[in-house]
Amino acid sequence: MPLSQAAVEQVAMLARLRLGVDELQRLTRDLDQIISFVEQLDELPTADVEPMAHAMELVNVLADDVERDSLSRDAALSNAPKHDGECYLVPAVL
Amino acid sequence: MSIPSLSATELVQELRQGHVTAVQATEACLDVIDDNDADVGAFLHVDAAGARQAAEQIDRRRAAGEPLGALAGVPIAVKDVLCTKDQPTTCGSQALARFQPPYDATLIARLRAAGAVLIGKTNMDEFAMGSSTENSGFQVTRNPWDLSRVPGGSSGGSAASVAARQVPWAIGTDTGGSVRQPAAFCGVVGLKPTYGRVSRFGLVAYASSLDQAGPFGRTAADVALLLEAIAGHDPQDSTSAAQPVPPYSQRVAQPLKPLTIGVIRDHFGEGLHEDVEHSVQQAIRDFQSLGAKIVDVRLPHGKYGIAAYYVIAPCEASSNLARYDGVHYGHRTDEAVMQAELASERVAGAGGNAESPLVRMYRRSRTEAFGLEVKRRIMLGTFALSAGYQDRYYLKAQQARRLIRNDYDQAFQQADLLLGPTAPTAAYRLGEKLLDPLSMYLGDLYTVGANLAGIAALSLPCGFTRQGLPIGLQLQGPPFSEENLLRAAHMYQMATDWHARRPSSS
Repeated sequence: MPLSQAAVEQVAMLARLRLGVDELQRLTRDLDQIISFVEQLDELPTADVEPMAHAMELVNVLADDVERDSLSRDAALSNAPKHDGECYLVPAVL
Repeated sequence: MSIPSLSATELVQELRQGHVTAVQATEACLDVIDDNDADVGAFLHVDAAGARQAAEQIDRRRAAGEPLGALAGVPIAVKDVLCTKDQPTTCGSQALARFQPPYDATLIARLRAAGAVLIGKTNMDEFAMGSSTENSGFQVTRNPWDLSRVPGGSSGGSAASVAARQVPWAIGTDTGGSVRQPAAFCGVVGLKPTYGRVSRFGLVAYASSLDQAGPFGRTAADVALLLEAIAGHDPQDSTSAAQPVPPYSQRVAQPLKPLTIGVIRDHFGEGLHEDVEHSVQQAIRDFQSLGAKIVDVRLPHGKYGIAAYYVIAPCEASSNLARYDGVHYGHRTDEAVMQAELASERVAGAGGNAESPLVRMYRRSRTEAFGLEVKRRIMLGTFALSAGYQDRYYLKAQQARRLIRNDYDQAFQQADLLLGPTAPTAAYRLGEKLLDPLSMYLGDLYTVGANLAGIAALSLPCGFTRQGLPIGLQLQGPPFSEENLLRAAHMYQMATDWHARRPSSS
């Protein structure tokens, strides 16, 4: 299934990337090649196979309900590109 | 006595007996780094002041007779993907060029508590995505055995640093082979512990169901000592295992008898370099002379490992890397330039389809900050998880993962440990595979299985190619079999001297 550049552009939007013309061409070709390779999995009969999402198939790891300090606000903001001392600042949402 | 020629275990003894001080050990490492890191390029940051201060403190406490940790005074290098409080932690990415975490990873806190002296942070493929360290957003790392070749990756800086005698040992992380393959390429020992053996708290995530941190050292005994210090349950990582940590360092010298080794026949096929095959076959005979029983095992679904891995890891990565949004930390695009761009698009009539400034900020920030391989994997994962494709790719890969795990479970019915090559070739030349991502991915054929199955595996030196490049032997064991892996590796190292060879550049 050859991937179209338009489809790849749509994936880039979903991934919040904005590819230039060169990168778009390059990644369209690479993705196409890798996806074709991955499609060898189609030959595996897997109808009765339970998917394995994780190496440690644990459920319900519980922790004691103990109060402890979290990061201070200053520490949490210390790496922010833009903040006002209380909140992270971002460009207008709308 | 030359400090850089000592193994970590020997250095611990010298420090305890007072023949060497922590300051002397630290200065010796800093001297080697000064001398050869311009060529090797293993370090992204060397924290000379912090290391000296930590070493002085150890020496003072030792002089005062205070109790000290098991690694007290021994320098160590750490891959730049583990958070170090108020020190750079870049993950090899321009996105985090100025990031300084407000806390230590649990692994780092354990190293400090054990008295290790953190010398600095090592180079890596950006966000641990790569097999050659060439995807670093900052610099090239060269293989100390041949400076025209890659050190392997993604933990190439840590492996090269140990091989170049800059530090006696180091920490890396392994998602698909990123400790074992650079260990093989650089002629050192590298262990990927069982998933959950070592805490991932503060380890910047690439593929969370596969990531695991592990030690590099020159000997199995060194790796045993380091693993003992970092392993164990961590309440801050709910996927860390509650299993007790055996005293690996005390048991590593006990030979394993009886020992049945399963030779993975599927790992001796097409694509395996003849020099690698020759050395691994010799290692099989060496184990036989040491009393091991050798049997053949098959991992019939192993050939699907690369395909499954390059779906699952990018899917998890595309989700994990969504956090680099230019809001909480990391690179943000120049907002004035961005606003001007949006204004000119409005003039040009994009009208109702215009993107919000927030979305454009995300897109520009991420696109500027990430390198090509990171974009490739985010795109691959986003595609495989997008509506209409999830069952076809992600679910199918998870089913293949189950079949791969079942293969291992069956193989471990027949053998205590599995043996094969770590990588199909020795270190390749810089640039050789950079333009062909798929060919680089195929180099992970023998290593991804252990990550997908969540089992323990290590690589140790077992010879050299005719060109003088190190060759790695991989041993794999069931979950929580680190003790047996290390004991088997130690037996081999008592009978061979491949691990004692050193590159001429160091």
